[in-house]
Amino acid sequence: MTQLQTTVPGPRSLAEPLLPKPVSRPMGTGARADGPAALAPSEAKTIIHKEVEAEKQIVAVESFQLFYGKTQALHDVSMQIPAGKVTALIGPSGCGKSTLLRSLNRLNDLIDNVRIEGAIRFHGQNIYGPGIDVIALRKSMGMVFQKSNPFPMSIFENVVYALRIGGEKRRGVLAEVCERSLRGSALWEEVKDRLHDSALSLSGGQQQRLCIARAIAAEPQVLLMDEPCSALDPLATDKIEDLIYQLRGKYTVVIVTHNMQQAARVSDYTAFMYLGRLMEYGPTNSIFVTPQLKQTELYVTGRFG
Amino acid sequence: MNAALYSTYARTKSRIMFGLCVAFTVLILGILGLVTAYLLYLGLETLSLRFFTELPTGDPNAPGGMKHAVVGTAILVALASVVGVPGGIMAGIYLSEYSANSMLGAPVRFVSDVLTGVPSIVVGLLGYELLVVPLGHFNGYAGALALAFIMVPIVARTTEEMLRLVPNSYREASIALGATKARTILRVVLPAATGSVVTGIMLAVARIAGETAPLLFTALGSRLLTFDPKHPFPSLTKQIFDYATGPYEGQKRLAWAGILVLVGLIFVLNLAVRYFSSRSARMAGR
Repeated sequence: MTQLQTTVPGPRSLAEPLLPKPVSRPMGTGARADGPAALAPSEAKTIIHKEVEAEKQIVAVESFQLFYGKTQALHDVSMQIPAGKVTALIGPSGCGKSTLLRSLNRLNDLIDNVRIEGAIRFHGQNIYGPGIDVIALRKSMGMVFQKSNPFPMSIFENVVYALRIGGEKRRGVLAEVCERSLRGSALWEEVKDRLHDSALSLSGGQQQRLCIARAIAAEPQVLLMDEPCSALDPLATDKIEDLIYQLRGKYTVVIVTHNMQQAARVSDYTAFMYLGRLMEYGPTNSIFVTPQLKQTELYVTGRFG
Repeated sequence: MNAALYSTYARTKSRIMFGLCVAFTVLILGILGLVTAYLLYLGLETLSLRFFTELPTGDPNAPGGMKHAVVGTAILVALASVVGVPGGIMAGIYLSEYSANSMLGAPVRFVSDVLTGVPSIVVGLLGYELLVVPLGHFNGYAGALALAFIMVPIVARTTEEMLRLVPNSYREASIALGATKARTILRVVLPAATGSVVTGIMLAVARIAGETAPLLFTALGSRLLTFDPKHPFPSLTKQIFDYATGPYEGQKRLAWAGILVLVGLIFVLNLAVRYFSSRSARMAGR
């Protein structure tokens, strides 16, 4: 694992979305021409900027490999996820972002023929170790999916689902958590008068915020988001992004996104993955403005992937 | 439209096809209409409240009612459902949710498909061997279990099909919230499919309510009002069979009324099925 010194970016304003800017480093001729083929990652070593390591960690991925049958989907991924920050996973389709995300709450357990090597530590404890309570792990890692998936129940029942499965029956507690979670996902004002309507009567953006409310109702420490805005229109996306901004600090957020502007807007740290490998991981600003790897640079400037 | 691009031949063929479809639709509906009209004509003549309140009199020309048979069928169907519905739902859950990695899934599915197609007289014979011979006499329990035996594969396969239609994203969301597999099935997957599972159950009930063959060797039938399935047990279908094949005109007419009641029951069940399936579609936001 190579550590390189980068220029420390100043704090950036979220009001001005940081768009990928042209990089100043020389690029060689015809970026397209020397595109993915020239980017065989085998010889590339993961570059982790030192700012990441200075952060307080909550999750540590250690030499993690994952196989679907004989296909290896993740190659020796090591990364630490800073507590209370938003970390974005970016990279072209099929690079293993979602697989990595779903390894964090062991949702890949649901898939047959998945084999893993290495470890993922949550508060120092290997979540793939023996005697791990997977249920408790998943309770502390809320997840929001690419396609909003509220249950076909009332809005209220959706939000308090985690409490219900925990056996909570007190109406007062349920109502309180429901309101707090819906306020937390900025949905309360829109649905407070129809909590007992079917959740499927909500719009796509509202459904996704409901899913976030459902996830935070369980009071997780980490929120895993798998392309939460990919099925939403720009206005709904904007609302979710605002929400992610508000959630930082309280929760550790790991977000997979295909949208580089989104990664730039919402995240503190960005990890670039390619062909199942973690290529470069550092403060979002550095990854977008002064990436150290050519692959990262080409990807964030939209020239391949 | 350019006539040259759309040949008369193709157009004629299309019209013939359409005509055939219409003709056979009319034919099917016509047969159904005839049967229903004939049934109503003969059945309504004798059908009255007395059919449900009176017991057989013994006088072949004034045969009374079929209260005993209505009660008998209700009890048989209820007993069969108590066994068949939970059994069928559990098997359906197994097939849909648990059999993915199991060698048992495909054989169970195949066997239940075969069982659905087994002639019901065979089921009656099984009931006879298993429950009548050991007990030494015909009895209602044997009849109810024979009916349950018909019910289980139907309910199991409908439940399986309906659970498979529940999007996987529901399961993932529930598991990701820390629910166990069992809780996910009971709280999310099954409720999401309730409407269609209920539909399957009702169709199975309608099917067994109209069965005669499995009851011939098991419940046998009775002209007495009884609530004790340990004895030979009455049912609408068997009573209709007895009256319709008997020599007396009065009893034959009463059999027609019985058939009308049976058809009415199945009609009502089908209406209920439609109600439940449209309601579940609404709940699912479709």
